[in-house]
Amino acid sequence: MTAATRTLATLRTGLFGTRTNTLVTAATLLLLSQILPPLFRWAVLDATFTGNAEACTRAGACWSFVAAKLRFILFAFYPPDLQWRPVLVILLLAAILTASAVPRFWGRPLLFAWPLTILACWLLMQGAFTSTPIPSNQWGGLPVTLFVWAVCFAAATPIAVLLALARRSTLGGLRTFSVLYIELMRGTPMVGILYVAMLILPMALPDGLSFDKMLRAIVMVTLFWAAYIAEVIRAGLQALPAGQTEAATALGLGFWRTQQLIVLPQAFRIVIPGLVNLAIGFLLATSLLAVIGIFDLLNAARASAADPQWLGFYNEAYIVVAVVYFAICFGASRYSRWLERRLAAGRRL
Amino acid sequence: MMTHKTVRRAIQSVAAATFLATTMLSGFAHAGPTLDKINQRGAIKVGVGTTPGFFAPDSNGKWQGFFIDFGRALSIAVFGTPDKVEFTSSSPQQRLPALQSGEFDILLSGVTVTTTRAFKLGFHFGPTVFYDGQGILVRKDLGVTKAADLDGATIGAQSGTTGELNVADFFRKTGKTFTPVTIEDTGQFIDALESGRVDAITQDSSDLVGKRTQLKKPDDYILLPERLSKEPLAPAIAGGDDRWLELVNWTVNATIQAEEWGITSANVDQFLESEDPAIQRFLGVDPSFGTELGLDPKWAYTIIKTVGNYGEIFDRNLKPLGWERGYNSLWTDGGLLYSPPFR
Repeated sequence: MTAATRTLATLRTGLFGTRTNTLVTAATLLLLSQILPPLFRWAVLDATFTGNAEACTRAGACWSFVAAKLRFILFAFYPPDLQWRPVLVILLLAAILTASAVPRFWGRPLLFAWPLTILACWLLMQGAFTSTPIPSNQWGGLPVTLFVWAVCFAAATPIAVLLALARRSTLGGLRTFSVLYIELMRGTPMVGILYVAMLILPMALPDGLSFDKMLRAIVMVTLFWAAYIAEVIRAGLQALPAGQTEAATALGLGFWRTQQLIVLPQAFRIVIPGLVNLAIGFLLATSLLAVIGIFDLLNAARASAADPQWLGFYNEAYIVVAVVYFAICFGASRYSRWLERRLAAGRRL
Repeated sequence: MMTHKTVRRAIQSVAAATFLATTMLSGFAHAGPTLDKINQRGAIKVGVGTTPGFFAPDSNGKWQGFFIDFGRALSIAVFGTPDKVEFTSSSPQQRLPALQSGEFDILLSGVTVTTTRAFKLGFHFGPTVFYDGQGILVRKDLGVTKAADLDGATIGAQSGTTGELNVADFFRKTGKTFTPVTIEDTGQFIDALESGRVDAITQDSSDLVGKRTQLKKPDDYILLPERLSKEPLAPAIAGGDDRWLELVNWTVNATIQAEEWGITSANVDQFLESEDPAIQRFLGVDPSFGTELGLDPKWAYTIIKTVGNYGEIFDRNLKPLGWERGYNSLWTDGGLLYSPPFR
């Protein structure tokens, strides 16, 4: 059998193998035949690709809107002449995320690289080393989405490790605190946390000690996500046989050395798919930042269609955002599958 | 999977709870007068929204719009230049608590003046800068030019809003009949109108004007002149800073008074030679007037020169969207805009 006929055979059994499959295939084809032609007409045949808003008929997509507004959707209010800064931030974050994804790099240097990258990104966005600092209300779009996502996740993980360990601790007070903290955070909607960051936190702080809204949001979101990550990590801790810890104790290792050398490396391996899953959910949750007036990617897209010059091209704006979110999430989930296979292969050896 | 509605409800209840907590906490929170903070910071923090024509970022990420121009005018009144102002978009649920917590110095986000907001929440309102109200957008081929003539029409209103009740009240008064159609999502109004499912839609007229421009054939529809509700939109500030309030008041008044005198950004320099003592005071030709108030004597001059008078602000931002002046005309033209005298 050649490869082509084999593929054909797989397709035939997959699509028409059983009566149910045939029925599902037929239904899907019918649905697609209803959806695709009008979509194609809207997106290609009736679409406008150049010119200004007047050139756009409302019958088809207005891709010239995307051409005019892509800069705003991606970078929002950031000064255009300093745009290389957010671009660099995106590249830096992409680099550190990629590096963190490769098992070969897992180690001490990466642990130091993270805080340094975050600091560099913050300084870049702030406009450090230029004459005019750029306040965070001018930040927006993709760099904000990525920055908040990466920073909060990275900062939440160490807190989550401590919470997970505390929750499994035999010290009653510590355990109670951890349980209370995790359940309280998980019982609160993220919108509520953001309102606290926006409204309650400034008043709870002593006078004159108010700090940036973006920073407040990052702090609160970090504390919030830590509770979720802690529960995933706890699952990894529980999956390890007790013999591992006992053996470490027998060898004379103290608590922290045991955790560092024996328990956590194994626990993390187990929970990586769970963490990636959480990370994808968190990426999408960053769009809630809009409720406290931070211009994340989605909010910037929405605002771009309110410009009287380009009024009401919401579909086009949302399509751009959907493509960006999809690219990141799809990449993350493919990565997770690849990693699972690789780690499973390692365990078999 | 949460539905859209539950999310909205969750957001609203959280906002309400936070708001309550904020209101209680603000009793102890000690904040200096707003103007001190503004001067210390070197910029005014303004909360805005995103509605076409009123406030929206352009392709370069610069805020543009009717309320934005008043923010720039305020910046001139305080600092002498139009750019010492930071606009931040805020959602309707969080803008009032944010104002109370000191996140903003002023809201120029189209807040309706109401008794509750003044008494219970302790906000101060500047002069109404825009008289909004619920309007009705109808298909032209109905041959109707005023709402009282509407009879037997199918009208779409957003479910669960006062808009639905207002339109029912209105038809009870006129004694005509109509068929209500409730529309859940604000984005569906256009579809309902274009598909012919409804003959007319009713919302705040500021929304309707924006929607009209998104229709495939905007000229086939007209916004009827009547307003079914009163929505005076005014700048809102937190209580406790009288001087800041007066600055807001007189900045808005200056734009209105300038239009009454016919002073525009184009001809303001010619008015410097005016013999009228009131105009001399207004433009700072006679500097003692402004100095006595503790203002830059040229503050009104700079506002008009840079931002323009009320009519210019209106024409620049709202006229392209098809807005008529309507109630937002000078009192001398039969509208509601009236500035107290500058003396």
